[in-house]
Parts: sequence; C-alpha cells; structure tokens
Amino acid sequence: MSAGPAPAPAAGQELRAGLDSLRRRVTSGDVGSLPVILGLVLIWAVFQYLNPNFLSPRNLTNLTVQIADIGIVSVGIVLVLLLGEIDLSVGSVYGLGSAVMAVLSVKQGWPTAPAIGAGILTGTAIGTFHGFFFTRFRIPSFVVTLAGLLTWFGAQLHVLGETGTINLTDPTITQLAGNFFSPTVGWILAVAVVAVLGVDVIIRRRRRANAGLPSIGLLGEVVKFVVIAAVIVGATAILASDRGVPMALLILLGFIIGFDIITTRTRFGRHIFAVGGNAEAARRAGISVNSIRIAVFALSGTMAAIGGIMGASRLLAVNYSSGTGDILLNAIAAAVIGGTSLFGGRGTVWSALTGALVIGSINNGLALLSAASDVKFMVTGGVLLAAVTIDAVARQGRQRAGV
Amino acid sequence: MTETGGWPEGHPPPASEARQPLLQLRGISKRFGAVQALSDVDFEVYPEEVVALVGDNGAGKSTLIKTMAGIYIPDSGEIWFEGKHVPVHGPRDSAALGIATVYQDLALSDNLDVVANLYLGREEVSSPLPLISEEKMEFRAREVLKSLDVKIPNPRNPVAALSGGQRQSVAVARSVMWKAKVVLLDEPTAALGVQQTKQVLELVLRLKHQGIGVIVISHNLANVFEVADRIIVMRLGKRVGTFVRSESSEEAVVGAITGAEFGKFKPQE
Repeated sequence: MSAGPAPAPAAGQELRAGLDSLRRRVTSGDVGSLPVILGLVLIWAVFQYLNPNFLSPRNLTNLTVQIADIGIVSVGIVLVLLLGEIDLSVGSVYGLGSAVMAVLSVKQGWPTAPAIGAGILTGTAIGTFHGFFFTRFRIPSFVVTLAGLLTWFGAQLHVLGETGTINLTDPTITQLAGNFFSPTVGWILAVAVVAVLGVDVIIRRRRRANAGLPSIGLLGEVVKFVVIAAVIVGATAILASDRGVPMALLILLGFIIGFDIITTRTRFGRHIFAVGGNAEAARRAGISVNSIRIAVFALSGTMAAIGGIMGASRLLAVNYSSGTGDILLNAIAAAVIGGTSLFGGRGTVWSALTGALVIGSINNGLALLSAASDVKFMVTGGVLLAAVTIDAVARQGRQRAGV
Repeated sequence: MTETGGWPEGHPPPASEARQPLLQLRGISKRFGAVQALSDVDFEVYPEEVVALVGDNGAGKSTLIKTMAGIYIPDSGEIWFEGKHVPVHGPRDSAALGIATVYQDLALSDNLDVVANLYLGREEVSSPLPLISEEKMEFRAREVLKSLDVKIPNPRNPVAALSGGQRQSVAVARSVMWKAKVVLLDEPTAALGVQQTKQVLELVLRLKHQGIGVIVISHNLANVFEVADRIIVMRLGKRVGTFVRSESSEEAVVGAITGAEFGKFKPQE
C-alpha cells in the first residue's frame, strides 16, 4: 500500500508533455478555430479568383461594416450555446430593439443616449423574461424563445405602427455604422492592442515562474503572439489604405474582447462553462445555475438589441422587415461555423467574429458576382452543414477519447 | 462519550472508543411515505478511521449517507460533530462542518480542466479587477494532488481526458482541498478496473492518514476488507452489526448483510 516511486523530473518531459497535449487535442476532437480559419482562407481564395475586386481594401472595409450587426448578435448566441441552450428570438429582438429606438428618437424626439438605451434595455428585459420562463417552468429554451420570436415580432409591428418605415435622422445614431476613424487613430489603437497582448503574455509567464509552476512552451506562445500581431497590423494597413477604421468594426471588436475576458477570466464566465458542461456538477459545487442561465439569456437579448441598432444605423431606417429573414439563422450559423459547440460547454466568443466573417464573405462575394438569393441561401446552408458536421464528428472523437 | 444505541450482542466496541467520534448520528429515523427507510440508527466515525457501510440494496445506506450530507433531514435523531450537537438543515450546513460527499457520478465538469474542477464554485479572484487567479489556483491544486500522490500528467488537461480512477481521485482531492474532516465515498470503485481500484483504495488510506474520517459505501467486500477499520452492516433500515476488520471474516459480514446464520454463505463479488 505504499506510494509508487516518484518519476525523476526529466528535461525532455516538458516537451513531451506539450506534444502529448497537442496530439490529445487533435485526436480527441478539440479542433477549436482551425477549421473555420482554413474555411475562410478557402472562401476568400475562391471569390478572389472569381472577382479580383473581392480582396480590395474598399470591399474588405465594406465587409467589416456589413458583419458588425450579425457579429454582435452572434456574441450573445455564443454565450447561450456555451450553456447548451438556444435563443431563437434574437431576430425579433433585433427588430424590436431597433424599432423602439427609432420610434423614441424620431417620433418622440428623445435625445440620442436615452433612445439607444431604451432600445438596448428592451432586449435586456426580454432576455431576462425568457430566462425566467426557462428556469422557473423548465420549458425547453427553444420553445420559450420560439414563442418570443413570434411575440416580439408582433410587438415590433405594433411599435412601428401605421407608417411602417421610420427613417433615422439622429446623426449620432447613423454614425454608429457610418463613421470612420482616421488611419492615425487606427494605427495608435493597433499598436496599443499589440503592446497590451505582449505585456499580458510576459506578465502571465512571470506569474507562473513566481508561483514555481512549469512554464508553458515559449515557442508556441511567441508564434501565437506573432500571428495575432500580424493579423492586427495587416488589417489596420488594409483599412488605412481605404477610408480608415470603421467605428462599427471597433464596436464589434470591443464587445468580443470584453466578452472574451468575461468568459475566460472571470468567475461568471467559468460558471457559464461549468453549467454548459455539467449542470448537476455545477449545482453541487454551489453555483447558482438558474442565475447563470437567466443572466446569459439577458445578455443574449441585450446583444440582439444592440445588433439591431447597429443594423438600423447601417441601413438608416427601421421597418417591418428589420430583423426578419436571415438575421436569426445567420447569427446562429456564425457562432457554430466559428467553432462553438451546439452541445454546450465548448467554444469561444471569437467564433462570433470568424463565423460572421465567413457568412459575410459569402453574402458579399456572391453579391459582387451578382448572384441571386437562391445561390446565397444554398451556399450558406452548405457551409453551416459542414460546420455542424465538424462539431458532431469532433464530439464523437471526444467521446471515444474521453472513456 | 455516550452510546445511545449500544452494540449488538457479540460485537466488541471499537478499539478507539476512548476517543471522541468526529461525526456521530444518534437515533436517526427517516420515513418516506409508507417506507421506514431508517429506524433508530446510530453511527459514528472517528478521526483517522475508515468505516465501511455495507448492506443489501434498500438497506438504508444511501439514506444514511444523504442524512449526513444534509440532503435528507431526519424525522428524529441527532447529529453530533466533534462532541457538539449540531443543527443540519441542508447540504450547506453539512459542508460548513467539513463533511464532503463524493458521489457515484463524480460531479465533475468534463469540459473544464482539473484545476478548474478542483476550484469549481470557489475560484480565487484577484483585486482590483475580479479576474481568476489561475497561477495561485494551479499551485495549490498541484500541492494537493501531490500530497495525495495522485498522478495526473497535466492538471491543465480537461477532465474528459482522464481515466476513471484519475477522475475519482480528482473528485476526492476536491474534498481534501476544502479541508474536509469527514469524507463520504459512495461506491468509489464500482466502475473501475483492477489497477484503478487499487489506486483509489490507496487514496482512501492516504485520506485516513491525513486524519480524515472516511466513510465508504461499497458492495465489494474484498475492497472493504482491504481498507476499512470497522464495518457497519445495515439491513432493512437498521444497523444490525459492527465488525472490527482485524477480528472478523467476510463470511460473518455476509451473514449479517443477508440475515442468514454466519458462515453459511460464501461472499460474492
């Protein structure tokens, strides 16, 4: 009954552990964002081949403005998917949030901030309501939010009233999607972000060393940092050579970075993953599972309304069809294409950006080719099916590997 | 020290009777509708002791464990902890006393790594920004795993990648992490292979040597005889026998479990 002999710590152990971890991740289906990035490269290559204007700075700038609303809605969807739930109401909340803002701003003459605030809080309230029904009465989330889809679309029609279309006049609201920052501002931001990322890596390595923990492979961290810095610098250079950095893109990135920090580095975020991975274990660990669920649905509603406001700002109007059509499906598709699992507990907020880029690129590229909606829907459907298949296959891999 | 229930005839009191029990249940009764799940049951576990709780299905083992864990509130009877009569009105009271339960289904989150699971619900955060202190948590997690001699290649790997024995060890380590004084293990070796069973049994003994009172429910008498200091037998909601491991045989325990005369039955797996 004595303890086994302690293995002597070898120098090569660290390297072996690193390689072992990589092999385990791939064979067990933890593929992360690799498929979506490969997919994006492929899609861009095909469209560039078909139309040389696709990768022009002007079109890429347009693309970043076009994906802002879907990307923001998709951030909320990622959070809901991490719980292993779904929110089908985001399209209607997108429409209602923008309608509330438009009516208050244009018809009631409210100032900018209260009008936008009221639109956003409408989404928060609706999300909280869904979360309450889901947790209190244990109705499956897809049914609660399906009822929401119908109800809030009706509310949107009611709020818009007889006229049907409201043209936005408030300059601040229309600037949300229409404003561009000068290349100088863009470069300052880019350098600042790269510097913060670098400092973060150094601080974390030093903290691990101080705590006497084995260090993470330096090579991997440097490669990751260089790749991310190159993407940031490259994107800034492209945007700077056209009209500058779109405010819509900065708003989207701000939400993604903020929610990435919340999901990966705070207790709230950790608890979202815990509830999505094993709700019973989370409950036994003293986590208030229902509070987490209600908070996440509230955030999903909030992000949907913010996305609606961004969309309204881009189109300069709100009407009966705002938020209808493919908004809901594109937002869910973006999250899943980006690599967030439909089965809960696995994913990252960044999949909202990468997935929205894929969906946006398909829409944008096909529009450049003057393709009609028929092709667009079929291509998007095919890409979604491919993404979900990767998710499902990866899950089977995990189950095989995970005993 | 007072024993309200007394020992069944023919079984000696434990060698450690002079010491004060860590956790003691006195005259516990619990009824579910028409079923009397527990009737006037006494139970005690001492520091640095492994007690096995055995009995056939429906004997009341799980009900008794859940009473200790605060999940069931007994209809009558008292719970004493370290010599004091304590109120236990729910799982939180029980946890606050230092009673930790490791359930059969382990209650781990597969998608989170070992460190995150050990700290689940009690993550440490820094100030002023309330961000999780990963380094502090990982350091302590490695320490606890080492103190229990639990071998896990990298505590940053998700729990899904671990073997059954390693998962059981992580679940047990979580109780030690939070200074449990009494650890309840429900069928800790039920789903494990030979090698992993051995690991878990060694872990049980290491818990004991850290001064913890360990209560193990098991159907496997071979395992029970390997680790338990005392064996308490339940039948039909009553405590029907107490055996000191060193002075008893598996045949005698099986007899008490089935209610048959001692020695007539060979123990089964």
